[in-house]
Amino acid sequence: MKKYWHVINIGLQNNLAYRFNYLTRTLFSFIPLFAMVSLWRTIYDHNGRAGDASGFSQAQMIFYYLLVAVVDVLTAVNEDDWQIAADIREGNISQFLLKPIDYLWYRLCLFFSGRLAFIAMAALPLAGFIYCFRGYVQPPAGGMALPVFIMSLGLTALLQFFISYAMAMLAFWLLEISTFIFILFAFEYLASGHLFPLDVLPPVLKQILYLTPFPYQLYFPISVYLGKVAGAELWQGLAMQLFWVLAAYALARFMWRRGIKKYSAFGG
Amino acid sequence: MNLSRYLKLYAALWKNSVSREMSFKGNFLLWIVVELLWFGLQLCFVSVIYSQTESVGTWTKWQMVLLVGASNFIQQLYQAFFLTNCTNLSELVRTGKMDFLLLLPVNTRFLVSLRVVDLGAFVNAIFAVCVMTFAAVKLGLHPSPGQFAGFGALCLAGILIHYSLMFILATIAFWTVRAQGIVWGYYNLFNIARMPDEAFRGAFKAVFTFALPVLLVSNVPVRVLADKLNAPLAWLLLVGLGCFWASVSEWFWRVSVRRYTSASS
Repeated sequence: MKKYWHVINIGLQNNLAYRFNYLTRTLFSFIPLFAMVSLWRTIYDHNGRAGDASGFSQAQMIFYYLLVAVVDVLTAVNEDDWQIAADIREGNISQFLLKPIDYLWYRLCLFFSGRLAFIAMAALPLAGFIYCFRGYVQPPAGGMALPVFIMSLGLTALLQFFISYAMAMLAFWLLEISTFIFILFAFEYLASGHLFPLDVLPPVLKQILYLTPFPYQLYFPISVYLGKVAGAELWQGLAMQLFWVLAAYALARFMWRRGIKKYSAFGG
Repeated sequence: MNLSRYLKLYAALWKNSVSREMSFKGNFLLWIVVELLWFGLQLCFVSVIYSQTESVGTWTKWQMVLLVGASNFIQQLYQAFFLTNCTNLSELVRTGKMDFLLLLPVNTRFLVSLRVVDLGAFVNAIFAVCVMTFAAVKLGLHPSPGQFAGFGALCLAGILIHYSLMFILATIAFWTVRAQGIVWGYYNLFNIARMPDEAFRGAFKAVFTFALPVLLVSNVPVRVLADKLNAPLAWLLLVGLGCFWASVSEWFWRVSVRRYTSASS
């Protein structure tokens, strides 16, 4: 276990070297969120009944995008997939085949420390962003909402990481995987609720999306916090999320084993 | 004489880009698919928005489709000519490859800005035109030749603005080595370029209209095309700010190049 602590420590130091990069990235990423909030405000001002079908009031809609920003800062995969793909392409993984360190856990530690460094840098701009909309901030819905939200956040982070990891394994077979990463990202962006809360969609569409792992990457924890799911649905959702985490983990392991067989250590 | 020399040079750069793209055909096609997917995503978003309301300010559904189409058209053309080059600038500085470009007997900014052409972006620009045409038919628009010319000219001004602003960000590479993140940050501004201007108010609107005029870039040309120009001087503002930012970027480029110290020495 101790060796992985070292990995986290080193990862933290490496990541803090990019603090200026993180800061500008966070600041820039708030611009579209601001825009989204303005857009919905205009819609609700124009059409008072806009939220009737989705169950999202204007205040909830604005708060939704604040939560998207928070969950994103806490759980999103930063550049891990690109780095893993580069490690495979450039033969850096050869050393892990010899050392008593598991590459997946090693990368998970780096993901974890990367998130810590990112949170440290993003905290201030994020707090400023929330302060701008402080009137819309709501407490978690109900006593169970907060603990389940936090648990679900942890699972979200793991799910994000394992999916990215499995995706990056394509680098064993392909020279260039950025197109695939962007295609996956497009689906995630829409189906995880980045662009709009999924409750705005017709119920059938929403149910179809809930058959995929994507809503569990963002929308599920947020709807727990907002009290959009409660009771038995809450636990079912959490179980589904856990199922997808395990499935993504299994896929990641499977892809790695297949990849290693094909791997021939160019220049490693 | 000078112009024809540059045209010949540019033709050579084109030839280069074509042969490079054709050596990775699969990748070339996949990038077109990626861009199409994201374009489709934006159109999905429009239909979601208009399932909640029948207009955003005065913008109706098909007007917003026209806006998203035009914004994508401008962005793709910008991408075809400039994007790769802007994002590569920090790499040129970091690795010291700038030395080589500075030594060539050509205007360095010309080379740095136009070295690589992204051919797939032209294909996606055509898709954007198809979507715009469809929206225009739905709206029953019959633009006059004058409106077409105005739209085209304003699109050029929009591309000039995107290019100047992003080039300024890229030039920061001469001051700090890690500028690539900053350049990608500009992608977030494309996101607001396709939103109807009437969705914004206050300081946010002022900043992105008068300072970083991304809210004008696609809104003004579409207003010209769709007969909904609210302020007759809006186009003048777009062109004026285009010239302003182009001069600023040229000035900043000259100041920054002076700071260049090769990476190896």
